[in-house]
Amino acid sequence: MAAQRKVRSDKYTELVNAGLGRDLAKRLGLPQPAVLRRWTPGAPLVQGPILVVGHSDGADAVATALLSWGQDVRRHATPKEKVGAVVLVLDELAHPDQLSGPLLEVGAALRDLNRNGRVVSISRQPGAGDAPETAAARNAVDGIMRSLAKELRAGATANGVLLGGGTAVNAPSALSALRFFLSARSAFVDGQFLTASSDGSPATPDWDRPLDARVAVVTGAARGIGAAIARTLARDGAKVIAVDVPAAGDRLAAVANEIHGTALQLDITATEAGARILDHAAQRHGRLDIVVHNAGITRDRLLANMDPARWDSVIAVNIGAQLRMNQAFLASSHFADHPRIISVSSTSGIAGNRGQTNYAASKAGVIGMVRSTAPLLAERGGTVNAVAPGFIETAMTAKIPFATREVARRLNSLQQGGQPEDVAEAIAYFASEASAGVTANILRVCGQNLVGQ
Amino acid sequence: MSSTTSANTAASASETASKAPQGIRKAVVVGGNRIPFARAGGAYAHASNKDMLTAALDGLVARFGLQDESIGEVAAGAVLKHSRDFNLTREAVLGSALAPTTPAYDLQQACATGMEAAIGLSNKIKLGQIDSAIAGGVDSASDAPIAVSEGLRTILLDLSRAKSLAEKARVVARIRPRDLSPDAPSTGEPRTGLSMGEHQALTTAQWNITREAQDELALASHKNLAAAYDRHFFDDLVTPYRGLTRDSNLRADSSMEKLARLKPVFGRSLGDAATMTAGNSTPLTDGASTVLLASEEWAQAHELPMLANVVDGEAGAVDFVHGKDGLLMAPAFAVPRLLARNGLALADIDYFEIHEAFAGTVLSTLAAWEDEEFGRTRLGLDGAFGTVDRGRLNINGSSLAAGHPFAATGGRLIATLAKMLSERGQVDGRPARGLISVCAAGGQGVVALLEAR
Repeated sequence: MAAQRKVRSDKYTELVNAGLGRDLAKRLGLPQPAVLRRWTPGAPLVQGPILVVGHSDGADAVATALLSWGQDVRRHATPKEKVGAVVLVLDELAHPDQLSGPLLEVGAALRDLNRNGRVVSISRQPGAGDAPETAAARNAVDGIMRSLAKELRAGATANGVLLGGGTAVNAPSALSALRFFLSARSAFVDGQFLTASSDGSPATPDWDRPLDARVAVVTGAARGIGAAIARTLARDGAKVIAVDVPAAGDRLAAVANEIHGTALQLDITATEAGARILDHAAQRHGRLDIVVHNAGITRDRLLANMDPARWDSVIAVNIGAQLRMNQAFLASSHFADHPRIISVSSTSGIAGNRGQTNYAASKAGVIGMVRSTAPLLAERGGTVNAVAPGFIETAMTAKIPFATREVARRLNSLQQGGQPEDVAEAIAYFASEASAGVTANILRVCGQNLVGQ
Repeated sequence: MSSTTSANTAASASETASKAPQGIRKAVVVGGNRIPFARAGGAYAHASNKDMLTAALDGLVARFGLQDESIGEVAAGAVLKHSRDFNLTREAVLGSALAPTTPAYDLQQACATGMEAAIGLSNKIKLGQIDSAIAGGVDSASDAPIAVSEGLRTILLDLSRAKSLAEKARVVARIRPRDLSPDAPSTGEPRTGLSMGEHQALTTAQWNITREAQDELALASHKNLAAAYDRHFFDDLVTPYRGLTRDSNLRADSSMEKLARLKPVFGRSLGDAATMTAGNSTPLTDGASTVLLASEEWAQAHELPMLANVVDGEAGAVDFVHGKDGLLMAPAFAVPRLLARNGLALADIDYFEIHEAFAGTVLSTLAAWEDEEFGRTRLGLDGAFGTVDRGRLNINGSSLAAGHPFAATGGRLIATLAKMLSERGQVDGRPARGLISVCAAGGQGVVALLEAR
């Protein structure tokens, strides 16, 4: 019954996407945010053919994979033919001089890119062991894609897949990252990279129910982004244990009943929180596969005016609880079947935010935790990643004063706020079987916010 | 379904069950859910019985993942009930997340409604007629039905039968001003005209229960309930509702001094001997509770916990009309019968849950059991029935603190006791035992015996 909730655009976006408002915004040079395409089961992956640019064996392998997904693939642009996506394969890049050919080919194709189109690069991750010219070329891709993302309009995005170590260009992990960026699941992800550090699982996933029969726990699931995560994981087939503080129990019960999950009222800062989640999961499902650390609080105050209660509660809920619960999960035999941990960080933890030293400490702390937990999970075939949401339209951001809110939501390449579902889709991507081999990533879901990386 | 056969069940049946009919199986308490209880006219002033019972059911469904589940039978009731709510429980089921194919019935035994619902359903499970059940109760003193006067009611019914205009005019002409005053429900006993409090005041005085002893019991109830909330005992027993997260009658900061300042409200005809105040009597309360019961096989097949067995139950009544016994003293007789049938004495019980209609009710019952003459002449024993270890009595608080929405109290007690027993586990190599005693209007009482799994 996990009904798809209609995703609403903000009023300004509605205004400039029809009739008089559209003409007026165009003439005045006002921002013209597009109505973003969101994923629904059964909808096509992209809207139109996919142009694969690149002449390596890797490019051929990617084209073959896209064909196997039933996509309409072009190896050369046909003038005047609209395309849904451009995939730029640069796996053999060795010198910056090699960039101009493929990039100019991409540039020529951009004017035929459909609304909500996609440009996705696949290239090797630069490393200290690379020859200087190779490293220069590989790192150049970073600048290219982040700039291209800012150039694209009409809901189109540009993102990149980085192949770490010896990851093959058509490895399951690389292809699953490519698929995520091509799909409407990544609607609010722009100018970002995912690193596939190993090949991952060879199993062929069910792309419509990638989490079938997996058992997931979502903290902070009673409302906002957490409720959207619970709904999305359930839609993708997971059995969801929805966790929130006892005081939010009525909303939590409503979410659990909507998605056919279970409600677990729990203060995650309690010492035994991890054990209680494990007990519940083991009793009801015999296992725990996916942990989504979403619960978080803000207690904003300039550092000059900070008090212990504000500082300590933010640290305790946003990072302390995650650290303690992870210890319990990692010690459990029920959390052993290529488990997944996904933490919700924040762009505040990357770029900083005035009045949020405590919050940014906790969210940057999450990033540190994710990176150092990755090897611990790798031992049992698991992954740990984080998503860092930017401006997301929730009840919390709706309380921001109008002018501040209006500025905040336009300060990104897509010129609008994201939806809770956009964060949830990124988390569901990390949670899927196909994302084995993608670990220690921090993926921003921010429409390429102008601050931070 | 499960590996447990009826033969196994019979083989492992305890000595206490050997006197029961052959072939019956066990009925277990899986868990419970209630909404916080609210003082009348407070948070639930505009919630109907159906609203509250539906909320309590939905919280139970969320806790145990029972969405779209066909439960064997749901039984619940309300003491104060609108005539339009003739199918209250079935209507609540239809409004809940349970499968619409779940049958339900209403029952009513005053304050023992929830107890009788649970015992009756447990018996159906034991006999194999159903595999799962939900017992519940709800009451709203805020949204109580108000009827037209008996005179007006008769006239209105005659009017509906009148055929000609002249006949109708003659019927209408019979209406007198006194007929227009509404008829609100009262807690008065129909046969004595005395309120429940006035009845108990007589019993309290008869057993020489002091004001101080009553206030001490009330204070312990508040302290124990507050402590249970503070250690998160109710996290998996209560789901918030309409902004309330704890019982609104709870006064964690109550003290003997504060209680001592209250003036007597019942038994004022007794003059200086009056001892019953608003502090040591339960207030009018709104609320709802539910308990999930099941066969062992059903609980195992659904991967649900089993907290306690419903061992046995007993109803009783006294002749209060002719003053032979106090209105609320029926449990003083029912408990000895129940324990005798199960070969147990008071000393064999690890937890007592004695409903605190009034502090005086609990203390009068305990006094009767400790009284040699009462034991000999009324219970037919050799001496006193026995002493209740006060350290085992209502250790997580009871009705004086939580409040008492009449029909909902039984469900609160059963779920609370079942969890306590489950946490206690074994005592001296045998399952922990708990006793529940609930007095009810009409000189009745229902008591039950539970044991840990």
